[in-house]
Amino acid sequence: MKRLLALLAALLLAACASPGLRGTGDLGLVIERASGSVLVVDTTARAILGRVEGLGDLSHASAVFSRDGRFAYVFGRDGGLTQVDLLERKIAGRIIQAGNSIGGAISQDGRLVAAQNYQPGGVKVFDAGTLELLADIPAAWDDGKKLSKVVGLADVPGNKFAFALFDAGEIWVADLAEPRQPKLAKFRGAGSQPYDGMVTPDGRYFIAGLFGEDGLALLDLWRPEQGARKILANYGKGQEKLPVFKMPHLRGWTVAGGRAYLPAIGKHEVLVVDTATWQEVGRIPVKGQPVFIMARPDGRQIWVNFAFPDYGQVQVIDTLEQKVVQTLAPGKAVLHMEFTPRGEAVWISARDDNRVVVYDTASFARLAELPAQSPSGIFFTSRAARIGF
Amino acid sequence: MGSGKPVRWVVACFFAGAMVAHDDAGAADPAPERAAELVRMVRQDCGSCHGLTLKGGLGPPLLPETLSEKPDESLRQTILHGRPGTPMPPWNAFMNEAEAGWIVRQLKQGFPEETRR
Ligand code: HEC
Repeated sequence: MKRLLALLAALLLAACASPGLRGTGDLGLVIERASGSVLVVDTTARAILGRVEGLGDLSHASAVFSRDGRFAYVFGRDGGLTQVDLLERKIAGRIIQAGNSIGGAISQDGRLVAAQNYQPGGVKVFDAGTLELLADIPAAWDDGKKLSKVVGLADVPGNKFAFALFDAGEIWVADLAEPRQPKLAKFRGAGSQPYDGMVTPDGRYFIAGLFGEDGLALLDLWRPEQGARKILANYGKGQEKLPVFKMPHLRGWTVAGGRAYLPAIGKHEVLVVDTATWQEVGRIPVKGQPVFIMARPDGRQIWVNFAFPDYGQVQVIDTLEQKVVQTLAPGKAVLHMEFTPRGEAVWISARDDNRVVVYDTASFARLAELPAQSPSGIFFTSRAARIGF
Repeated sequence: MGSGKPVRWVVACFFAGAMVAHDDAGAADPAPERAAELVRMVRQDCGSCHGLTLKGGLGPPLLPETLSEKPDESLRQTILHGRPGTPMPPWNAFMNEAEAGWIVRQLKQGFPEETRR
């Protein structure tokens, strides 16, 4: 009898010690920008599972996921690239790959992680398993005399990465079929001062927002021989632009129902574009200068947050009605929003209130509030399966 | 009556000049609460372009070693009025001249960290 009890106790102990099997499909990360840490969160339980520390300067940090959804690759401003194990909640690998970095992407086949850098300007490509450097692509321009800051890096089909050169006004597509020998296609004269880029959900179009002129640059990746062309070239014609206190971001499924929703730089407007013709079909007035314009996964709603000083609010656009139907005040300094995989809820970070607020996207009810230290980006593992994330 | 105007102008200019001189001398430090707000603004909102650690981003680094050679007045003007043709926006709607001058002096000395709340 005693022996049986001992055996039972041992079994129980073993069960307690192992974390237990679980998937990662409902996990995610919240970046704590000032403390160099990330929270691992569970979107089903709406709970924080733990904190991972030691990721360096995380201002403007972003993350992509391995395609098994177990690892996050976090790109820090200080050039740090950190691989975080979501299940064990620890750092699995970390390198400092540049002096000043602005984000990254993971390849179609999941084997390559690419980082886009301001300093030294260019893109570096790493083995997703070992973080070994495979390719270094300096963003050289002006006859190789200068390096440009790189923005808008996105994975595109064919194990390629597309990105834009802020200083040079160019779009490049790097083919990494042979990871150690990248082949570059350069599209010069794409537009003045591209500040960010995105790829459409089908992987066909790469779009770069332009700071230096009205309009956006569009490259059809199915027909690259046509080159980059400008769309919405006249959206601000004759109107005074407001000063821009924060560059908008083009990430997010901003394509919904055959329309793309894009920020009008220096304006309190969302531009609506027909993706068949790339002509403007409308403008939706909003509370401030849009930073993130994100479509709920089903495309019925578009959620918009704003730049300083209007960043206490978030607005929701109904895509059928083409107008704002809800204004929410999640807290001070709203920096980012992320939808649960199928969009029944959205998580919003309020940096200066040190919290993340979860809303029901149908009723707009507050479902939960989670404490976080200066939270900025929120990234869920459902990104692992999406082109352009 | 006509002769009164120039005198008043001279007086006004004298005071304006005194104010500028005063401000340049660095005595016009903001009150502690406002100073904390400005520190947060620089770290967080300027930080979105210049980096939280001010080591640079889309905008150049704002560190003592990169700013030391540049005259205070031109840096102050840059902060207040921005630099047209570049992403540097004007901040004069959110701070006054003396506060911009204070930020320049702090940047040159090594900008204070935010105090955690
Ligand atoms: C939207 C992006 C952005 C924001 C926000 C921003 N800056 Fe800038 N800033 C820039 C850019 C870009 C330049 C470089 C301009 C140029 O090319 O001359 C710059 C230049 C400067 C310079 C001149 C530096 C030098 O070496 O000459 C100072 C000083 C400065 N910024 C201070 C600030 C302060 C203080 C704030 C916040 C109150 C701020 N900036 C917010 C983008 C920004």
